[in-house]
Amino acid sequence: MMDIDTEPVAADVAARIVTPGSAITSDPAFMRGHGTFGEGATIYSSVAGVVERINKLVSVRSLKQRYSGEIGDIIVGRITEVAAKRWRVDVNSRQDGVLLLSSINLPGGIQRRKSESDELQMRSFFAEGDLVFAEVQSYFADGALSLHTRSIQYGKLRNGTFVAVFPQLVPRSRTHFHTLPCGVDIVLGVNGYIWVSKHVSAAKVEANAEHIYSDCNEPISDAEREAIARVANCVQLLNRLYVKITETSVIFAYEESLGHAAKDLLSQDVAAELAHSVMARLKQQAS
Amino acid sequence: MSRQELLSPEGLRVDGRRVNELRRILCRASVLNTADGSAYFEQGNTKVLVAVYGPREPHTRAAGNSGERALVNVEFNVAPFSTSERRKRSKGDKRVLEIASFVRQTFEGAIQRAVYPRSQIDIYVHLLQHDGGTLETCINAATLALVDAGIAMDDYVCACTAGFVDDSPLLDLNAVEESSIATPALTVAMLPRTGNIALLQMESRLPAAKLEDVMEVAVEGCKHIHAKLDEAVLAAAGDLAAKLSH
Repeated sequence: MMDIDTEPVAADVAARIVTPGSAITSDPAFMRGHGTFGEGATIYSSVAGVVERINKLVSVRSLKQRYSGEIGDIIVGRITEVAAKRWRVDVNSRQDGVLLLSSINLPGGIQRRKSESDELQMRSFFAEGDLVFAEVQSYFADGALSLHTRSIQYGKLRNGTFVAVFPQLVPRSRTHFHTLPCGVDIVLGVNGYIWVSKHVSAAKVEANAEHIYSDCNEPISDAEREAIARVANCVQLLNRLYVKITETSVIFAYEESLGHAAKDLLSQDVAAELAHSVMARLKQQAS
Repeated sequence: MSRQELLSPEGLRVDGRRVNELRRILCRASVLNTADGSAYFEQGNTKVLVAVYGPREPHTRAAGNSGERALVNVEFNVAPFSTSERRKRSKGDKRVLEIASFVRQTFEGAIQRAVYPRSQIDIYVHLLQHDGGTLETCINAATLALVDAGIAMDDYVCACTAGFVDDSPLLDLNAVEESSIATPALTVAMLPRTGNIALLQMESRLPAAKLEDVMEVAVEGCKHIHAKLDEAVLAAAGDLAAKLSH
């Protein structure tokens, strides 16, 4: 039985860790939240994680788990299936998300109802394996996420590389699309899917509105390729360190990594050395 | 041919353990980075690696599954190098399928499947080295991997075997003891908090009067294993929590 009335302090996180089947409280005044279950008046934990209390609601936040969507989340997903008037999208969640044909933009930003001919050429918009940058619009009755790409910045992802990280490492923030100082664009999907790509200016994107569903990459120079690979490896490294992945932490990791070749970043000794300096930078910034 | 002496007059077993002694247990969670949850579990010379994926979109719509509860799918794989004699087992090996099905049944009861409707949880179990007690090691390793994946469960599932030799119950049989025809081996999987039994399996004959004694020994073993698993989970969780709080 643990005392959950104490106010949460960052330092005593370790003291609030519970494991499956351990009793949290038997005070009937509390309500059961996520990660808990009740038997009689006692509340037990069903996962290994940290106990959190909001007023009378007790929940356990698991330290590692799949993404659970919230409306308004900006995510990256991969098309797994083209179905009737919809695409199924792998969003790293417990079931695939759905992107309805009616919730995408047409090439050129034409505003009209989707016709039968659109339905027949759905693969020309998104085919299996394509990556999409989308926003969570709503839930379906069965809990699946409904996505939309009705904005010029959302849509198909090109010109880059994909990295998957722990979803809990990507915090929700105002923007999830960043242009790093090294000339690389990065999309930090809240679901733990990250897209690192060549920088394309917003003006150019708008000028190319006709070709938003093109499958062709733009020409990418060797220097750009290396920068993309370096950023992707930095993200991978932050994931291993279990550090929050934000614009700042990625920039820190990038800057610290410049002394090494991009391909060596994930090798054991270089990674260990970088881990040290990146953590130091992050601590310094926090204080 | 005389039967091999499994219990010496001094009360020691072939590997030098006493009757109520477990083998050395070594376990670690989060050993793979591509899986949602993973665990490595060593009990004496039996070594098992488990990867858990999910809850994720189900691959096939199984008949009779309304989708209100998560499906649990277990695949068990025996490495060809796991025994002293190199042998490749086919996927359809009845023995292999049987163990997979035992593990599935055990966890279908322990996982809170209603929390994850319309999804599937895949458990891949790899036996890397075999020295008896395959089922118990697989269940213990799978528990650790499921907890690591953050999947909601009523409790840990701890499993242990016990045998019966020369009128005394033996805890945690190794391959030599297990393969002796005269040894009945009882595998018990329990939920330590309530003491509920999730699985009880025995394939040979044992005097009915002795069953209770053998069970008691196995249940004691389960409790020890529970402590070990809890320790490993707390270590992994504490490590992650410390990193996250930076």
